[in-house]
Amino acid sequence: MIKEKFLEKSLFLVALSSISVLALIAFFIFEQGVPLIWKAGPFSFLLGERWFPSQGSFGIFPMIVGSFWVTIGALIIGVPLGVACAIFLCELTPAAVSAAFRPMIQLLAAIPSVIFGFWGLIVLVPLIRNYLGGPGLSVLAGSLVLGIMILPTIISISEDSLRALPRTLKEGALSLGATHWQTIWRVLLPAARSGIVASIILGMGRAIGETMAMIMVLGNAVQMPDSILSSTRTLTTNIGIEMGYATGDHRQALFATGVVLFFIIMGLNTLALVISGRRRS
Amino acid sequence: MKISRYATQWAAKVIVWMGAFSTLAVMIWILIQVLMEGLPLLHLDFFLDSPRQMGRSGGIFSTIIGTMALTAVAIIIATPLGVGTAVYLKEYTRETRLTRLIRFGTDCLAGVPSIIFGLFGFVFFVIFLKMGWSILSGGLTLAVMILPTIISTAEEAIKAIPRSYREVSFALGGTRWQTVARVILPNALPGILTGVLLGVGRSVGETAPLILTAGSSLLVPTSLFSPIRTMSVHFYILAREGISMEMAYATGAALILLILTINTLANWLLWRYVRKKRG
Repeated sequence: MIKEKFLEKSLFLVALSSISVLALIAFFIFEQGVPLIWKAGPFSFLLGERWFPSQGSFGIFPMIVGSFWVTIGALIIGVPLGVACAIFLCELTPAAVSAAFRPMIQLLAAIPSVIFGFWGLIVLVPLIRNYLGGPGLSVLAGSLVLGIMILPTIISISEDSLRALPRTLKEGALSLGATHWQTIWRVLLPAARSGIVASIILGMGRAIGETMAMIMVLGNAVQMPDSILSSTRTLTTNIGIEMGYATGDHRQALFATGVVLFFIIMGLNTLALVISGRRRS
Repeated sequence: MKISRYATQWAAKVIVWMGAFSTLAVMIWILIQVLMEGLPLLHLDFFLDSPRQMGRSGGIFSTIIGTMALTAVAIIIATPLGVGTAVYLKEYTRETRLTRLIRFGTDCLAGVPSIIFGLFGFVFFVIFLKMGWSILSGGLTLAVMILPTIISTAEEAIKAIPRSYREVSFALGGTRWQTVARVILPNALPGILTGVLLGVGRSVGETAPLILTAGSSLLVPTSLFSPIRTMSVHFYILAREGISMEMAYATGAALILLILTINTLANWLLWRYVRKKRG
């Protein structure tokens, strides 16, 4: 009996590991980053347009804008493709075809981000430079690469929520004389809306968080991007590029960038959980 | 003119088919692009020789050892924690506020960007715990990253075990722990292994947090406290700093082959498991 009690208590402690790790991460990132945000002034840190760490001016607004545009671009490419794939897997193919298709999507999720970045660098960047102009290393290249990278997230969660719908919805629509497509478009997709929205938000989180592939294709200039062909820098790439040599206030400013990123991601995660949770209850 | 709804249906289905196949096509394009250039460069020497001249020549031996060591540390730490969490959530408690909090923490951890894990690993393991840039720091950082994957796959695997198994065990006088150790875990093993393999895949492919926690040394590691460079980090440095495109392609091809193998193995396990359950 003592052994049983002991094991139960140990398992309880183990079960707390994920939440305590999350707390540790928040604590250490904040401890490093927050003092600098106060020192620089929260307003001028978030909305300042000048990032010159050697002169002590830390404004991350261009990176926030950069992250925003690259993410929007990724969603414009990833959402229609991802939802199309989910519809394809659930409704348009026999089980055997989707059973063969699904491992492919898993493989897409497993490809390391540096491989995506490399492909963007050697295929997309020259294409953009030669046919559309500009440096090639651009918001457009970043959006295309990210749009592909977020597909597995969008596809798998959208597919799950489409599959979770009761059969009766589809049968009802078809028996009322709707075509198969009308059923998909007017009945199934709206019914699975919350899951699809959650998948998009999680894909958005993945897009905002991606670092290595973006370092390789964005060009990394600290500037407000004025078109989809201009180079930019995101919050993540700012950390990834400069962390290697930053010291003192500069390093703390990178942790402060991490704090901002952390808040954005936590906000998105919570939103996704609330949306998909509402459906469950 | 009104377009017939059957024409709309036809057009819409064509668009969806095109979407699905272009997704597949892009993925194959990415793989082929690297494999076409890289595969012809892969020889046995490439795997058995350490990088020389910063990677301009030689092979990738030390990075293979580095990748294996890091992955091993990550798996050894994360598997017991992840499986333990799943067992506790599924076998020891009902749904309470606490279990909801644990699930929320796990979901959030799964969404945290890898660069944040890198920053955390750097201040916590490298500096605060004074482990330096090392296999241990990098491995622990990776362990934290793959924990949510292992928890959720283990939970799914445990959930799939029929209630009757537990009831039989309890009816025979088994305690809760005996039930877990002799009935639940053996039956959930294939599912748990799938999660572990997914974790291995993620460890192999990860780059950003490792540069910050494991360093980028090209030497063959001698202890858990040696700094190392993994294959992914090596590939990134070769490609980004333009050291050698040829070596980058070769390393990229080796990386893709490794990922393909791990993924195939995971799928095979899952397939066998599903087939066995159908009887």
